[in-house]
Amino acid sequence: MLKGIHNGAKLYVMDPRRTASAKWADVWLGLNVGSDIALSNTMAREIIHAGLVHAEFVSNACSGFSEYRTSVESYTLEVGESLTGVPADVIREAAHAFAKADRAMICWTLGITEHHDAADNVLALINLCLLTGHVGRWGCGANPLRGQNNVQGGGDMGAIPNKYPGFQEITDPAIQERFEKHWNVKLQATAGRNLTEMLHAMGTGEMTSLYVIGENPAQSDADGHHVEHVLRGLDHLVVQEIVMTKTAELAHVVLPSAATWCEGEGTVTNSERRVQRCRKAAEPPEGAKDELWIMTEIAKRMGLDWTVPSAEEVWDEFRAVAPAFAGGMSYARLEALDGLQWPCPDESHPGSTFLHGRLWEKGEARGDAAPFTVVRHEGPVEMPNDEYPLLLTTGRRLESYNTGVQTAGYDSPLHWGEMLDLSPEDAARLGIADNEDVRITSRRGSVVAPAHIDTALRAGLVFMTLHFPDDVATNLLTIDVSDPKSGTAEFKACAVRVEPVRSLAGVSSASGVAHA
Amino acid sequence: MDIRLLDAEPSQEERFAVDQVLGAPESSWDGGERGSMRDAHTSEFGGRETRETRHLLLPALQALQARVGFITEGGLDYVCARLDVPPAEAWGVATFYAMLATAPRPRRVVHVCDDIACRARGARDLCAALEKKCGGPISHEPHGDHVLDSNKPAWMHSPCLGLCDVAPAALMVEAGAKPVERSLGGVTVESLSALLTGAAPALDGAAAPLSVQSADIPAGTGLLARVGKVDPTNLAAYRAAGGYTALAKAIELGAEGVIREVTASQLVGRGGAAFPTGRKWEAVRTQAAQPHYLVCNADESEPGTFKDRVLLTEDPFAIVESMTIGAFATGAEHGFLYIRAEYPLAFERMQHAIAEARAAGLLGKNILGRGVAFDIEVRRGAGAYICGEETALFESIEGKRGEPRNKPPFPVSHGLFGKPTAANNVETFANVPAIILGGGAAFALTGTAQSTGTRLFCLAGNVQKPGVYEVPFGTTLGALIELAGGVTAGRALKAVLLGGAAGGFVRANEMAIKLTHEDTRATGTTLGSGVVILFDDTVDLKDAVLRMAAFFRDESCGQCVPCRVGTVRQEEALHRIAAGKTRGGVKGELALLDELGEAMKDGSICGLGQTAYSAVESAIKRLGLYAEAGAATA
Repeated sequence: MLKGIHNGAKLYVMDPRRTASAKWADVWLGLNVGSDIALSNTMAREIIHAGLVHAEFVSNACSGFSEYRTSVESYTLEVGESLTGVPADVIREAAHAFAKADRAMICWTLGITEHHDAADNVLALINLCLLTGHVGRWGCGANPLRGQNNVQGGGDMGAIPNKYPGFQEITDPAIQERFEKHWNVKLQATAGRNLTEMLHAMGTGEMTSLYVIGENPAQSDADGHHVEHVLRGLDHLVVQEIVMTKTAELAHVVLPSAATWCEGEGTVTNSERRVQRCRKAAEPPEGAKDELWIMTEIAKRMGLDWTVPSAEEVWDEFRAVAPAFAGGMSYARLEALDGLQWPCPDESHPGSTFLHGRLWEKGEARGDAAPFTVVRHEGPVEMPNDEYPLLLTTGRRLESYNTGVQTAGYDSPLHWGEMLDLSPEDAARLGIADNEDVRITSRRGSVVAPAHIDTALRAGLVFMTLHFPDDVATNLLTIDVSDPKSGTAEFKACAVRVEPVRSLAGVSSASGVAHA
Repeated sequence: MDIRLLDAEPSQEERFAVDQVLGAPESSWDGGERGSMRDAHTSEFGGRETRETRHLLLPALQALQARVGFITEGGLDYVCARLDVPPAEAWGVATFYAMLATAPRPRRVVHVCDDIACRARGARDLCAALEKKCGGPISHEPHGDHVLDSNKPAWMHSPCLGLCDVAPAALMVEAGAKPVERSLGGVTVESLSALLTGAAPALDGAAAPLSVQSADIPAGTGLLARVGKVDPTNLAAYRAAGGYTALAKAIELGAEGVIREVTASQLVGRGGAAFPTGRKWEAVRTQAAQPHYLVCNADESEPGTFKDRVLLTEDPFAIVESMTIGAFATGAEHGFLYIRAEYPLAFERMQHAIAEARAAGLLGKNILGRGVAFDIEVRRGAGAYICGEETALFESIEGKRGEPRNKPPFPVSHGLFGKPTAANNVETFANVPAIILGGGAAFALTGTAQSTGTRLFCLAGNVQKPGVYEVPFGTTLGALIELAGGVTAGRALKAVLLGGAAGGFVRANEMAIKLTHEDTRATGTTLGSGVVILFDDTVDLKDAVLRMAAFFRDESCGQCVPCRVGTVRQEEALHRIAAGKTRGGVKGELALLDELGEAMKDGSICGLGQTAYSAVESAIKRLGLYAEAGAATA
């Protein structure tokens, strides 16, 4: 993104905090936490009223425009300002700049998706891209920036509860039949549970066993006390990991595995759908096994005598069951071309630079119209009140990664451990000095962390990360409501109370749930 | 930009000084007070527009220096907050320039020139006497724990101040709400010690320079025609003396017509490199990239050079008019005039002339009512010889350390702000009106076939009448010196430094050298920037050579190794010779100097390193300055 900026691109950053990225921006729109849909809809209404809609694209490629137009009509600039906090003239300018740009793209990360209305947030942004024709063209598009090298690849391969490999619908009988035939087994016709549903099912006792591969839910999921409680309640917990995580510590069986990105073979898919080879560069440590070997051994114990396949054989099977998606992506071609972008149906296909380029075609070549989706502003589930007067939003810092499994061991001058970032105004009001220990308490839990006075925050807004869960279990505070469409929890908004620890001396044990 | 500011607060006066340059902050994000609702939810600071203000870094630092006398951490931090520049980078810039101090410095500092031309006129003895009377000089280095009394004036040694015609010379600067800068000529221990005890400075010592045109230049023509005769602060007087007729004619000719005449005149650059001006302008004019810039290089810093200073202070409107013609020809609407820090009067006069021209519609959006747009921004250097190198000068204007760029690409395609740029010396510009008015062919009739027109020479050192002299190309060195009355009465001429520290010495018996580009090249010398410093038999030439070596060591920007290391090793070798503690005898040291000189010449990216050995080499090989000792130890 900085390369683009240095090449002359304009950057608008929408974020409640004035982050490091916002400091590079031509304009920062510091919206209220959870007002993303209000901002998108207000921009949309302004684009419509200013006559800046890409009328040709909308009429050729989209459906549902009139309902959409009606739905955003109430989002005037004034309403937008009152919901988002962003001055009306700034929203107006951003809307005009986006609509008038020859090329414009929207990129987002978890600030959009870690909300109870995550999918709607994304749909609101897609609406903006459709409205302005900023999709399916060079330099345009809606881009979720992935936090890992292979988030996309997990989905591609079918590690989603409602899809077969290649994003094929589980509920489609024809597809089900094809997979049953290929695998020679009977397959269930209904979608499985997503993570949030699994945690719920574990809580109610419907689910009694769990096999976790490369994830640390004990520390990465919202409402950590609850997660730990249900994991401890399982009859059988198996964790396959490359390091001893907090979740692995709770497991009945730990299967030490090789790190596939460097100790095994395979592919990864990045944010632009480019599938790339990764190759074995090192031998795994003593006792750690290749993941294909582990799964084959488990299958063997279940009475299925597979021989351990090579990574390429697994990949070729994937190409066979998802031919429209990846049929043309042989290992040989991936090597020769330094990766290919899906869909790539056959070996003469060059890969697809634009996923939605078809929308600019006419007639049959266009395919299905792209629908506008009506979405409405709701705001966070939990808002501050007298008892919990501050809104806590959580996120990441540049130098750390998620629960710290991969980064906590490194030394960095930017590693300051967990902190509560708060505005100078709140610090003054609460009598908190920089670096002073404070207790942060939500309806679900309470933790202690040093305060960090940060001008990037405004009064009423505080910020923490999940990078140091062993020191400060931030997710004891977060709320376990999640988006019904995506299953993502609302990590971005919960109400908290902040007090200096010194003023709580002697009452701290009574003031909330102690952090275990 | 995502930067970390320092934990230091500016004083009210520092804030005010910076705001004078940058305007008041617009929000808490660019250094203003926190608290507005709007700031809590939006910022328009930090993006492209902010990054495009980086070029104001040096003016902002200069404002702090002029207000307080040095740049405090709080002041630096405030500038960084205002311009979104990382403090480390701003520190890099602040520490690059000699006139900027980052450690406490008294409000009043007197910079006493001890460079070669002033030395020839007693600057060493003067400094020694001053030290005896008032205590030693302060240095550029940080003072550590020893905090100077800000109200007790101090003095420091200075490289050439461009006041060689009134040597020995000094420059007084005094920080404050009303900062004072004063060039002082003919200084004495008495006048300097008075300044150091707080006395008010005398009026500008450089106000009435001596300028002489040779008899074969027709009256009323030439570069010095108006100097001393036409009021330099009065636009009407300039116009009455024929000013601005050339611009009107240039617009009639059109850009291509102007370049045709300039090309026909065979005018070449007067800054030292002698590049054909017509070719440069044509190359800029035809560049597709926009905008085009025009830069007038008035960072006259070659020791012994002061001709541009005389043009700037005594005929400023001519520079404005000439730059306007150049801008018209090259398609530039924005010009920069970069004046060295040591020329306060030139800065004042040029500021005034530009304001007058602007008010009269001779600069601006619609010049002479002909739809031509051009304006000039004046920038001041901050004490760095290297900024006379054009790409270093661009870097300096852009708010960076004045480090030369690798070439190619050349400034005609990638100059200031990476855009096509015509950069010319003051004297080069000053030739343009005559070319336009009389035609290029007529201009080329003066001088020789290969060196056309007239040339300004700066006569200084042990000469009867120091000053600026204008002679046609082809005049002999001897005739030029005669024009200035010859060597100091009763003394014998020992050597002449021709072309500056980047030029070389010639012997007293080489007076027949014709002053043209071709003849000097043939005789292994150079006209350089027009320096002619005479040394009589009282001058310690080896001391002068050492001073030049120290100068290059001090002024090397340090960017490329051959120059950074070479200039240090060169000075060390000369010191060893001076102290009689040679390694391998004088012969060995001379061989080492030759090898260093070759490495600097071959390996340095800019003219500083490439010429850092040339004067030393001429002292060795042309004057045979070390031959006797060399023979003795060989």
